[in-house]
Amino acid sequence: MQKPPIRVLVAKPGLDGHDRGAKVIARALRDAGMEVIYTGLRQSAEMIVHAALQEDVQVIGLSILSGAHNAIVPRLMQLLREHEMLDVRVIVGGIIPDADVITLKQQGVAAVFQPGSSLDEIVEFIRNATGRTAAHPA
Amino acid sequence: MSRPTAAEKRFTTISGEPVAALYEDGALPPAPGEFPYTRGIHPSMYRDRLWTVRQFSGFATPEETNLRYRYLLEQGQSGLSVAFDLPTLMGYDADHPAARGEVGHCGASICSLEDMQALLRDIPLGDISISMTINSPAAILWAMYLVVAEEQGVDWTRLSGTLQNDILKEYIAQKEFIFPPAPSMRLVTDTLEYATRHTPRFNPISISGYHIREAGSTALQELAFTIRDGLEYVDHGIARGLKIDEFAPRLSFFFNAHSDFFEEIAKYRAARKLWATLLRERYGAKDPRSLKLRFHTQTAGCSLTWQQPYNNIVRTTLQALAGVLGGTQSLHTNSLDEAFALPSEHAVTIALRTQQVIAHETGITGEPDPFGGSYFVESLTQRLYEGALDYIRRIDAMGGMVAAIESGFPQREIADASYRYQREVEAGERVIVGVNRYTVELDAPVPLLKIDAAAAENQCRKLSELRARRDTVRVTTALEALRKTAAGNGNMMPCILEAVRAYATLGEICQTLRTVFGTHQETSVL
Repeated sequence: MQKPPIRVLVAKPGLDGHDRGAKVIARALRDAGMEVIYTGLRQSAEMIVHAALQEDVQVIGLSILSGAHNAIVPRLMQLLREHEMLDVRVIVGGIIPDADVITLKQQGVAAVFQPGSSLDEIVEFIRNATGRTAAHPA
Repeated sequence: MSRPTAAEKRFTTISGEPVAALYEDGALPPAPGEFPYTRGIHPSMYRDRLWTVRQFSGFATPEETNLRYRYLLEQGQSGLSVAFDLPTLMGYDADHPAARGEVGHCGASICSLEDMQALLRDIPLGDISISMTINSPAAILWAMYLVVAEEQGVDWTRLSGTLQNDILKEYIAQKEFIFPPAPSMRLVTDTLEYATRHTPRFNPISISGYHIREAGSTALQELAFTIRDGLEYVDHGIARGLKIDEFAPRLSFFFNAHSDFFEEIAKYRAARKLWATLLRERYGAKDPRSLKLRFHTQTAGCSLTWQQPYNNIVRTTLQALAGVLGGTQSLHTNSLDEAFALPSEHAVTIALRTQQVIAHETGITGEPDPFGGSYFVESLTQRLYEGALDYIRRIDAMGGMVAAIESGFPQREIADASYRYQREVEAGERVIVGVNRYTVELDAPVPLLKIDAAAAENQCRKLSELRARRDTVRVTTALEALRKTAAGNGNMMPCILEAVRAYATLGEICQTLRTVFGTHQETSVL
């Protein structure tokens, strides 16, 4: 029996409006057969967690280029804990310095994709993280 | 070295335009300084006057940014360009909850006249031109600048500089909008009208393709949407009752310098021809200064790589060369570390020296439009010119740029181009050195500029001290007067100036306008 598609929330938190990356990722995940919900711009951690709950997603992808990740991600992870949603995998893409990658992972982020990451790499990561390997494509 | 793949042998520009193996004809346009200015707006270009070396700069507090400005001026920079942080760009004070984690990160934090005074301390505003990259709240930051000039004793008629103030490209590409399109365009037109009457040497709008390109557009889309945005501002100026030759000479442009060398040179040449032709045909502009497209150039931030970052110096140099060969009036060269963070002093010095090497060591300044008459460049110029006219006519048919934006047209065109390009990179059809070819395991580390939390704390402390100290009655009265004018249809600049003088904060002034105008929510186009 075919499994239902992986559901991913692509979110753009903070004040930054540079959405080129978020949009490219959203399209690539959609082309890979996933169901993608894009939140649009300037989402608070509360709005993102609410949308993830409503949309029943397995993955939240955050696109952050402004250096605000150290303020946004801990708040988001805390809300996920409060809502008992820690089974939702959080991935972060954008301009994240190496030193911060370690901190974000300690806070519970499943993966961080820095500039130059390939779309295939991100698709594969999501499939693996949600238990869909290449043998069981989404 | 690996052999080129078959796919790579499909010769196209970076925008996907096919390139023939040989071009053997093409007419030489009129000489530099002659209509339609394809070859340049001055007869002798850099022989008379070098471009303005203008590095975009700003970080943390206004006090720290002021030190960087003075350093850059000491190092031979000839104009300033202010980068504001995201809370400032979005009209929030540093102590607003939405500003958490963002104060001073992407530029300088400016919350009140007091901050603008600190930012511009000891900078002679009568002599140094200043460009300000600010859009939705542009009128407010400009008012702060005007008041500081007044305090320095500089007559407004002597002020030169540029306000970006291009809201259309915010809806199209950069997305730093606050208010809906109609009141935003009214604010832009208010500054245009006010500048026409009071600051004859100041450019009130810098019509910008830069951000459109950074969002992933092709060179043609950057060119076409920018010129069409320009026509939209002209229409609004005329509807306000201004005469074309009264304000068109102060409209300026801002383009990207991307990596496809010849396509970029052709883009600037086509832009000049388009603007001159359209202003004459559509509005009957007669003053040559109305017809001459003046522009600033910045090298392409989106082309900088995180991998092997020292290669970015080379990319920036080539892009800057294209800008100069295309006849730019001012130039910003990106720093090698800008894929990571705002530039360090060391990195920004190399970027500055890059321009100085081009200006003084290459001989490039001796000849205006050295590619004029090249069959290839003339052919690319003509193709971009015609392609842009086609886009412009399509947008006209939609009812203009505001209507096109509301239907998501330019946003969709850009998203498609950006996704197509990324797919080509993924497939290896586009080579990015150090990213998808010639990669190494470990990159040479670069020292980065760190913005610590003290910047936000300082800004918040200064704000609470200011609020305790200022004349509250004067602030309330000024904001109420602004609210009334905004709700009516008068020019808002005098009320904004009074609010700024009363030390109303940026956040308070924007909030007053939000209560009248509402805020804009975009429908995302994927």
